[in-house]
Amino acid sequence: MQFSKVSGKKNNHKVTLYALSTCVWCKLTKEYLNENNVEYEYIYVDLAAENDKQKIHEIIQSKSGSIAYPTTIVDDKVVITGFRKDKLKEALEI
Amino acid sequence: MTTLEEVRRRAEADAKTFGYYLTPQPELLQGFLEGLKTNEDRYGYPSCPCRLASGIFEYDRDIICPCDYRDPDVAQYGSCYCRLYVNKQVYESKDLPEVPERRPVEKQARAYGTQAAAAKQAPAQGTQEKPSAKAEKTPSGVKKKLWYCKQCGYVVFREDPPYICPICKAKREMFAEIESTVEFNG
Repeated sequence: MQFSKVSGKKNNHKVTLYALSTCVWCKLTKEYLNENNVEYEYIYVDLAAENDKQKIHEIIQSKSGSIAYPTTIVDDKVVITGFRKDKLKEALEI
Repeated sequence: MTTLEEVRRRAEADAKTFGYYLTPQPELLQGFLEGLKTNEDRYGYPSCPCRLASGIFEYDRDIICPCDYRDPDVAQYGSCYCRLYVNKQVYESKDLPEVPERRPVEKQARAYGTQAAAAKQAPAQGTQEKPSAKAEKTPSGVKKKLWYCKQCGYVVFREDPPYICPICKAKREMFAEIESTVEFNG
């Protein structure tokens, strides 16, 4: 699976963002992470290969129970569905 | 190729018809319209920019904007899932609500991996199965049926009945399947 990496000074958490290239809320989540200098990796699921889509489905489903975009996973544990500044702030200690 | 202006005009006209408003934040609105245009260019129909489409029309039928979930979501939360369409109260307050996903998980799952890939590869013809009198099976495996609104008589040929009747606003419970039988005489 090909993730794009964005480097940042705030790299004390492993942050993975599952996004859609057409989704405004995903774009806002990326902008928020960028503004706060958070290091993260992301993938545009709509542009991913078919077999990767299935893997992503399994990952998100097993961690969050429902599938929605954006889904941000912090340290493989905390799952944040949607663009939720409050939850991102708390999980990333921004 | 659809222009952004066409996508905007269509959304505005649809909002007007149903008594809705488009999202009050201009930068969000621009993003939604661009997402719709991208999907229309990519798939041939404007599927929801906030959901993953399969690229197979029958699988994505319920998330073509305005999606099947818009009317019940606006009625319950004041806004659709994306927050493109909102009601007057939300429009005036500019306070966009959180809207949970109403689309059933089994429909979401169709956009992922093998099932979608298999349907894409399947030939349009050549299925051995005979069409049933009640339900028509498309190449994607989606079974469509005839449904009618018991309140106003509106008839729709879809996998599921609408959540809200587009004609008389009756709830889904008012829809019943039309059972058709064919008899041969003489």
